[in-house]
Amino acid sequence: MTGSILLARMEADRADSHTLARYLATGGYRALRRVVGEMTPEQVTAEVKAANLRGRGGAGFPCGVKWAFLAPATPHYLVVNADESEPGTFKDRQLLERDPHQLVEGAAIAAYALGVRRAFVYVRGEYARPARRLQRAIDEAYAAGFLGKGIGGSGFDLDLTVHLGAGAYICGEETALLNSLEGRRGEPRIRPPFPAVAGLYGKPTIVNNVETISNLPWIINHGGAAYDAIGPQGSRGTRLLSLSGHVRRPGNYEVVMGLSWRELIFGEHLGGGIRQGRALKAWIPGGASAPWLVPQHLDEPVTIDDATRLGTMLGSGAVVVMDETTDVVAAALAIVRFFSHESCGQCTPCREGTTWMQRILERILRGSGRPADLDLLLDISDNISPGLRWPPAQTTICPLGPSATAPIVSIMRHFRAEVEARLPREGSGG
Amino acid sequence: MSPWPPDLQARARALVARYPEPRSAVGPLLYLAMRHEGGLTAEGIRRVAELTGTTPAQVQSVASFYTMYKEAPGRYVISVCTSLSCYLLGGEEVLAAVEEETGVADGATDGARLFTVEHVECLGACGGAPALQVNYETVEGATPEQARRLCRWLRETRPAVVRSDAMQQEFGGQRAFDWGPEEAAGAVAPVPAFEPYGTAGEGVGA
Repeated sequence: MTGSILLARMEADRADSHTLARYLATGGYRALRRVVGEMTPEQVTAEVKAANLRGRGGAGFPCGVKWAFLAPATPHYLVVNADESEPGTFKDRQLLERDPHQLVEGAAIAAYALGVRRAFVYVRGEYARPARRLQRAIDEAYAAGFLGKGIGGSGFDLDLTVHLGAGAYICGEETALLNSLEGRRGEPRIRPPFPAVAGLYGKPTIVNNVETISNLPWIINHGGAAYDAIGPQGSRGTRLLSLSGHVRRPGNYEVVMGLSWRELIFGEHLGGGIRQGRALKAWIPGGASAPWLVPQHLDEPVTIDDATRLGTMLGSGAVVVMDETTDVVAAALAIVRFFSHESCGQCTPCREGTTWMQRILERILRGSGRPADLDLLLDISDNISPGLRWPPAQTTICPLGPSATAPIVSIMRHFRAEVEARLPREGSGG
Repeated sequence: MSPWPPDLQARARALVARYPEPRSAVGPLLYLAMRHEGGLTAEGIRRVAELTGTTPAQVQSVASFYTMYKEAPGRYVISVCTSLSCYLLGGEEVLAAVEEETGVADGATDGARLFTVEHVECLGACGGAPALQVNYETVEGATPEQARRLCRWLRETRPAVVRSDAMQQEFGGQRAFDWGPEEAAGAVAPVPAFEPYGTAGEGVGA
């Protein structure tokens, strides 16, 4: 059930999959040449719509539909989101380091479809090596005439600029990213207006994830219908899943959706099972923001819609596996501490709530929890995400706060007795 | 507090020219200022403001939002990931080993400004957990003992450039994925690493 759209080149040629020479030798930039030479922007967008390509950054919004929201005011901007920071996720890093021309070509195709002449790739600051690889690819593409003026001998001009972040998870949220790119604090904006109407410098802007954009050359080369023929409805194409935690074979796997969680985690050529022959306790199916799944879900299919049905999400495709030795309170704390650290501080429920949740989990771990702490954790969670339902509601500008409730809700749902056992008994004065 | 030499000013102007609006260059220029001053200073902030048509207060507000702009970092900033995947595979033990070997506590810098030690959130190296970085160059799968050796190596050899590939060979273990061929480039010391892209050993266009 593994596919080979995004990782094909680097798997076939270890030595130089990131170079222009290798990219050209394996059919690279053929799609861009065709797009600028033979297709109208509308035809390109039509292929992407036909592909039913959904965004790979976390929200899973249909890419072609997003593009169609782009307002007519000019100029238009395209921003590729390479601020990969969701705990458990390392797929975009591999795409940037090992096949950056695939991304550059995809960005140029998207820019052509969107009427964009200035595009940016926002790379998280800690990705020094990936940013170098990408910059070198961009320099090569300029020199070869795939970026800059008159691309492929056409009248299409495009400048592509790498912008480095400086350490802030929240900048992966698209409006925070735009503020950061404008030289401001990375605080999310209230939506609407959406970036497609008022984005970078207040102009219509499309923000797409690295993996989403990297699919475009294949879609143009093979047609949207061919892409739409791969995988189950609602989860078309291949998907990069980042597998980490207590699996034998961590790594990025390009899979066709619809396989089961059991196949993914235990499959001989995928996760390979749990380390040291231990038992599986739980896993996070889509990054730290996603509610956890447990062994009773092993035979459920891995698709976007099935994950939603189970009250969770595939998010950024990060699967973090926890074995039977895992202290779920400590694991939840690791996640809550992350969100507390990364809260931008604009909204009180998130800023205060994540801090309180962190303190409560810390005291439970220290053995000085209080009998009311579990209800308190749920109450704080409910203040950030009313009703604790799925998809989550929010009292905040962006989804970061509600994401922090995912580990709380998960340990209460699946491991409440284990958490309660950490608390002093009623009346024991804890 | 030395004035910016002409070549640095030229690089700064080139960075501003990369963007439709000068303010977008605040972030890249902060890296440049840090590199020149060895940290983020009032003078550096003033120059960034001047170059981008903003006020020092605005630039300070931006700088304080992000974790990678530092006032007085050590020559080697060692960042140890303790987010979930690394936590599950011993990231906190690696952090403790780094703290002990360097004698620098989490979040601190030693008096000689050799080391800054910090725990950080996810570095995007989860498949190679536990992960750490030296001046934002990644090392994956290092055990606490390997992390100690890495610290000793930094202290004893004081490399002018730290390279991800070389450190991974010497001190790393499980990788998140096949990194492919080795790279000549690395991060220049002292941090901040980026000039503007943390490159030494070869030129990268500004």
